[in-house]
Amino acid sequence: MLCQICNKNKATVHYTKIVNGEVEKIHLCDECYMTHYHFDFDTAFPFHKLLSGLLDSMHEGYPKDKIGDIVCPFCNLSYSEFKQTGKFGCSQCYEVFKSNLVSLLRSIHGHNKHIGKVPKRGNKRIAKEREIERLRMELEKLVAREAFEEAAILRDEIKRLEEELGR
Amino acid sequence: MGKWFEGTGLEEDVVVSTRIRIARNLKNYRFPQRMSIDESEKLTQEVLNAMKKLPRDVNYKFIRINSLSSTDRVVMIEEHFISPGLIKKPDHSSFLLREDERVTIMINEEDHLRIQVLLPNLNFEAGWKLSSEIDDFLESHLSYAFDEDFGYLTACPTNVGTGLRASAMVHIPALAMTGHIDDFIKGLTKIGLTARGLYGEGTKAIGDLYQISNQMTLGEREEEIINKLKNVIYQIINNERDVRNNLLGKRKNEIEDKIFRSLGLLKYSRRMSSTEAMKHLSNIRLGRAMGLIKDIDFNDIIKLMIQVQPANIQRTANRQLSQEERDAIRAKIIRDNIN
Ligand SMILES: [Zn+2]
Ligand SMILES: [Zn+2]
Repeated sequence: MLCQICNKNKATVHYTKIVNGEVEKIHLCDECYMTHYHFDFDTAFPFHKLLSGLLDSMHEGYPKDKIGDIVCPFCNLSYSEFKQTGKFGCSQCYEVFKSNLVSLLRSIHGHNKHIGKVPKRGNKRIAKEREIERLRMELEKLVAREAFEEAAILRDEIKRLEEELGR
Repeated sequence: MGKWFEGTGLEEDVVVSTRIRIARNLKNYRFPQRMSIDESEKLTQEVLNAMKKLPRDVNYKFIRINSLSSTDRVVMIEEHFISPGLIKKPDHSSFLLREDERVTIMINEEDHLRIQVLLPNLNFEAGWKLSSEIDDFLESHLSYAFDEDFGYLTACPTNVGTGLRASAMVHIPALAMTGHIDDFIKGLTKIGLTARGLYGEGTKAIGDLYQISNQMTLGEREEEIINKLKNVIYQIINNERDVRNNLLGKRKNEIEDKIFRSLGLLKYSRRMSSTEAMKHLSNIRLGRAMGLIKDIDFNDIIKLMIQVQPANIQRTANRQLSQEERDAIRAKIIRDNIN
């Protein structure tokens, strides 16, 4: 049997792949197998298919064209296009489609609110809030191991940050 | 090649490498998929200008994809410096590679910026620290797209929030021999991680190399994501070692035969395909872990696995090769390295 990709070499790698529930038999030569199936670290599975499935089930009962109507003014991506590709056109899309995204993000990540790192520039307020949270956790640890002197220093720092935030 | 792989690190008998990737985008530009050439060039220049402000002793090489031959593009992927996604639109994409080859900043992949830190063996703390510092530096000179609720905004909703994908590449031949890899992968999915074979799509990965990474990026702190992953990696390490000990106790003769056959083939073959080479190199790596083979380093075996990939061989020969020629050169490279 010849390789399905180059049609030249003998197929030495045989396996079965399931695409959209259909079984497909794959026969490839060694070289094509290694070169055409480069491991992509970032796509763990054909995500957009799962995504459009999610979106479809979420929008049952909505008139279809009503959602398709929303278009991002900055990049011209429509919501229906987003549904097909699973990719946004620009960062403004998040604001434009916001009302639809909360439940989508929840179903992907189990959460819909970011609590991680924050850019320092232009987000001074959030950065300070996060810093306070972090210091509080740190403080608890210090108190737990009875490092009271260090804890006192942290407490002052937290107070200072809170005052800066006008609390 | 393989400069990032110098030295030895933690848990090297199971963990091949640690990789941290952060996705970032700039305000006021469309995402790469919808960019014009002018727009992507403007963004590239903006990033390069920011990079000029780096301290003098940190050196990055700037490489445009369209300046590389098609072989060299694939070599960069085989060496794990860049992702396959970066070569899809060669006129838009480029990358910066740090001198020590441990840091790549990809420009205009799926997102405007993908910061990747690649370290040998298990080293999540250093990986996160380094990538976060590079992120801080870039952020101080560029305007990131960020939302108070959704975090760092990315082209794909699966990356939004932290934009963080942390992963470890593990070599688990003993677990693979037990035939429970599929269950193992399913189990990881249930706790929000993904596992995939490094080479090929089948469930049994060639070379027994698997990439384990976090799936969710929103709603957890970066340190939590990384810690959770690290704990699972330690469980995998312990499982793999248990099975190895078991095999050595109960099936010693069979295992020894398998490993030394592979060693013989690697030492004396005159032609070897890449899948065959991966299989035997994996076996001798297992042999090294079991103490059956002594005079070769874990990381040298991994380097050899990269060196025998098709594009790497093509580049070494520096001319078009037929499959037979490639297999012959591959066998020679292996013979020269294993003795
Ligand atoms: Zn082929
Ligand atoms: Zn948009």
